[in-house]
Amino acid sequence: MKLVHKNIEKDGCGSISLIPEESEDMWHAYNLIAEGDAVTASTVRKVQTESSTGSSTSNRVRTTLTIRVETIDFDTQACVLRLKGRNIVENQYVKMGAYHTLDLELNRKFILQKILWDSVALERVDMACDPAQNADVAAVVMQEGLAHICLITPSMTLVRSKIDMTIPRKRKGFTQQHEKGLNKFYDAVMQGILRHVEFSVVKCVIIASPGFVKDQFFEYMMQQAVKTDNKLLIDNKSKFLLVKASSGFKHSLKEVLQEPAVITKISDTKAASEVKLLESFYTMLQLEPAKAFYGKKHVEKANEAMAIEILMISDKLFRCQDVLKRKEYVTLVDSVRENGGDVRIFSSMHVSGEQLDQLTGIAAILRFPMPELEDSDAEDNSDVDSDSD
Amino acid sequence: MARHRNVRNRSYSDDYDYDDLYGHSVEDESCLSPSDTEQWMYDRSRNQQAISAFLDSQNDIQEEAEDEVYDASHPGLERRDSVGLRSLNLSEDEEARLMSCLDELRNVLGDSVPDNVLIQSVINHKFDFNKALDEILNNKQSKDCDRPKEEPVKPLPTVHIEAAKDLVSTTSKAPIVISTNLEPKAKGVVKGFKVSSSDGSSSSSQTPRDQSPIAERGSTPKPDDDTRIVKVKESKVDPKKQYTDERGSEKDHLYIVVIGHVDAGKSTLMGRILCDLGEVSQRTLHKYEQESKKIGKQSFMYAWVLDETGEERVRGITMDVGRAQFETKTKKVIILDAPGHADFIPNMITGAGQADVALLVVDATTGEFESGFELGGQTREHALLVRSLGVNQLAVAVNKLDTTNWSQERFNEITKKLKAFLKQAGFKDSDVTFVPCSGLTGENLIKPPSESELLKWYNGPCLLDVIDNFNVPERPVSKPLRMSINDVFKGTGSGFCVAGRIENGILNKGDKVLVCPTKEMAEVRGLSINDMSSNVAFAGDQVSVTLSGVDIQNVSVGYILSDPVQQVPVTTRFEARLVVFNVKVPITKGFPVLIHHQSLVESANIVKLKALLNKSTGELVKKKPRCLGNNSVAVVDIEVCRPICVERYKDVKELGRVMLRVSGVTIAAGLVTDIYNT
Ligand SMILES: Nc1nc2c(ncn2[C@@H]2O[C@H](COP(=O)(O)OP(=O)(O)OP(=O)(O)O)[C@@H](O)[C@H]2O)c(=O)[nH]1
Ligand SMILES: [Mg+2]
Repeated sequence: MKLVHKNIEKDGCGSISLIPEESEDMWHAYNLIAEGDAVTASTVRKVQTESSTGSSTSNRVRTTLTIRVETIDFDTQACVLRLKGRNIVENQYVKMGAYHTLDLELNRKFILQKILWDSVALERVDMACDPAQNADVAAVVMQEGLAHICLITPSMTLVRSKIDMTIPRKRKGFTQQHEKGLNKFYDAVMQGILRHVEFSVVKCVIIASPGFVKDQFFEYMMQQAVKTDNKLLIDNKSKFLLVKASSGFKHSLKEVLQEPAVITKISDTKAASEVKLLESFYTMLQLEPAKAFYGKKHVEKANEAMAIEILMISDKLFRCQDVLKRKEYVTLVDSVRENGGDVRIFSSMHVSGEQLDQLTGIAAILRFPMPELEDSDAEDNSDVDSDSD
Repeated sequence: MARHRNVRNRSYSDDYDYDDLYGHSVEDESCLSPSDTEQWMYDRSRNQQAISAFLDSQNDIQEEAEDEVYDASHPGLERRDSVGLRSLNLSEDEEARLMSCLDELRNVLGDSVPDNVLIQSVINHKFDFNKALDEILNNKQSKDCDRPKEEPVKPLPTVHIEAAKDLVSTTSKAPIVISTNLEPKAKGVVKGFKVSSSDGSSSSSQTPRDQSPIAERGSTPKPDDDTRIVKVKESKVDPKKQYTDERGSEKDHLYIVVIGHVDAGKSTLMGRILCDLGEVSQRTLHKYEQESKKIGKQSFMYAWVLDETGEERVRGITMDVGRAQFETKTKKVIILDAPGHADFIPNMITGAGQADVALLVVDATTGEFESGFELGGQTREHALLVRSLGVNQLAVAVNKLDTTNWSQERFNEITKKLKAFLKQAGFKDSDVTFVPCSGLTGENLIKPPSESELLKWYNGPCLLDVIDNFNVPERPVSKPLRMSINDVFKGTGSGFCVAGRIENGILNKGDKVLVCPTKEMAEVRGLSINDMSSNVAFAGDQVSVTLSGVDIQNVSVGYILSDPVQQVPVTTRFEARLVVFNVKVPITKGFPVLIHHQSLVESANIVKLKALLNKSTGELVKKKPRCLGNNSVAVVDIEVCRPICVERYKDVKELGRVMLRVSGVTIAAGLVTDIYNT
């Protein structure tokens, strides 16, 4: 994302103009824009003109509109952000108050006005505009008959393709069917990689599986590449990295991201560090349960005691429509920071963020044990439940 | 990523033809009346067929779909136009109702019936979808009957099950119609689950902002709970009687899974028994000997009897369950040789799910027993798994004792350690037998020992006698049919085969069965038990079933063949009572796991920790615990990504057990206590 202009008053009200440059930026925009904000962007509008003879023609014109956002939709697969709201600035083609749906477009500027730019929103702008944050990795997790081809960008894990096939088992005297099925499966995965992995963009392609599937598959793919003289695969052979994973389900990406071989290759990406952090929360819960808490109520109490060392919070919580609720979370984040704690905002689009979402979206590792919190479970639980149900 | 960028850019700025949905204001539409727009606007729910046909063939990413979806909608629209509705003089309201009826009908019938027939019957029945459908189907059937023989079970519509009656009622001449409301099956191949397309015009991948887009993606649509016309089956004979008639004179079938740490010698032991019993010809054995020698794996020559794939032989490890059979004095024994390597535990679970009893093989070699027995070793995990899967009789082969010069001390040491552990795992002392042996030398396998060192201290039974002494469990033949599918393959003749174990009930050649969770009807064209063709199979049998009436693409490992009337429950959420194993980190709510249920593996989430129970008394210790630690017992809710077939443990034990695994480690075993309607 490119920051073009920033104008924020002392009271936090103001506008920022940004140019999304890649699809990842749509995710950032999705997290920035809230209901009630005003967005100005260029758009295409259908206009009906009636000629003197009475026949009407319809034309498409490009115009710039400003709308007060009412609904926000994000298409995760295509990375398209769709904003709907009423027009609030007089325009040649569109009446005041008329509804319009804006699709934010790549490489076109948009201006976002907010009544309050809070710390979390500003942090998001910084993150989005940080050019260092760029390292796309492709990962294929697979087992016999199941594969997920994923793209891991700094703040998103996108499943580009899922291959799910039934492979006949080995049976007495009929091992060919098994082997044929396996080859068909490998072929489908290979086609998936060719179709969905942009070799010029990704740093490496991780192939992960239990057992020997990865090795067998890689061998198959390279053999085919040589046979069909596929330059793309042959030239990029060194980009492939084979590691262990316990299954072909998407969640095993968590294990992949903890593999030392992967970590050295992709250094400290957000996805990997979030996996590690969540893991350390669970370890703490095992070893010293009084120093690990989740759920808003527990975490807030821990914060009151200035006990939070690391706060993990899902960006999903900041997308809530309820302005007051968002404010509570922002206040919590600010206060933890003030007290010298570390705050990590997880992307709900990564595997660990997905898990944190399920775990109420908020968890904390404390500096000192607070066993009294554990005892307050009974009253807390109603809250834990209402957070998720 | 650039690829996607291009696609999107193009479709949004250049072709703005379908911008009815967005990009312009509501006002603009004023020139169209609602009913007109209805005809011209693209509506996803209208054209299920087009969409699902697409999704089927390419169940990967969505956004490329969009272009095609819109294209695909055109034929639908044309078809609708050609009907010539104008001539019918219907009111707007009636027209709308007609349209929706037609859509539903087409979903069920596909294009097999001309539109004018459909319209006529819809109008005849005053827009009552069900009645119209009945009429059309009945007409169709009578036509079908006139025709000379056709494929008996076409992809649908109605399925007849031969004339029928309940055990009690005697006079029901008219077939009992259970329900209509059919599902579109005329469409292409559905792999896995139907993709719901009733979400109106909004793109299904859009997500409300406060919801994580990912969460939305993960949850697949629920299966339509459709029931279909099924005429209740006439029960011919008492199942128990049929069982004793058929099997009474035969030896009992006993399924035994062979488990243990990698390289404990399981395959060798089984291969050796098979050879010694004459189940493997001398010629074959000689061939194995020569060939294994060639690749420097001669010590695996007996293992090759069970390790049949090239990959297994080259690597010298079992990867999937091997099967073979032999007979003892009183039993016909089917062995399932499980892989010991930790990576193949999913296959081992499949094998263990089909077994009545287990044979645990441990390597007595110094250091080897220890590595299999320590935390994370498969001796432990396998034993816990089979116990959790309902196996309660166990034989332990203390193998490779030849390497310790038949040391009694070593045997006793191993026995003592294992006894303590197995007891803790839930095996009764009296149900566990220890046998010293060597698979490689064949000592104490099918004959009493001849080795003098062993004779000095051992006078118990040989392995074969221990196997012969196992009790064969009661077979639940009179319960409604349930068969879990663990393999799908092409048979030699027509149709395709599924293999699996009949958990409950009886399966006859010619029976109609319901393939679940997709709920498609199929007919049993052929049956074979242990490679012998048969007309009937009973609970407990491992069978291959040739099916017709469904597409091979629509059946997967982990599916259940169910009695069409007393159907297996299908759900995405259930309550289970968990026993937590040794876990590295505690289980919290939101914990992502893989659930293993028979041969099915599916990703799931523990969505709620309801109660922590006392391990021995089962009393409530704490409501809504924060987390579950080692060896705890708890009640939780589990949500599965896709609908699966499960039963409450108290109804059907075999289908009421689940194993939970994370990162390749079994973290808990569960019994299904309640099933939620989803
Ligand atoms: N000395 C000795 N070696 C044995 C004995 N049984 C098996 N072995 C050797 O142990 C090795 C492994 O044997 P397998 O039968 O493949 O072991 P497995 O348990 O089936 O292994 P997986 O299926 O891969 O878990 C082979 O080299 C065998 O020759 C025995 O009784 N004595
Ligand atoms: Mg083996």
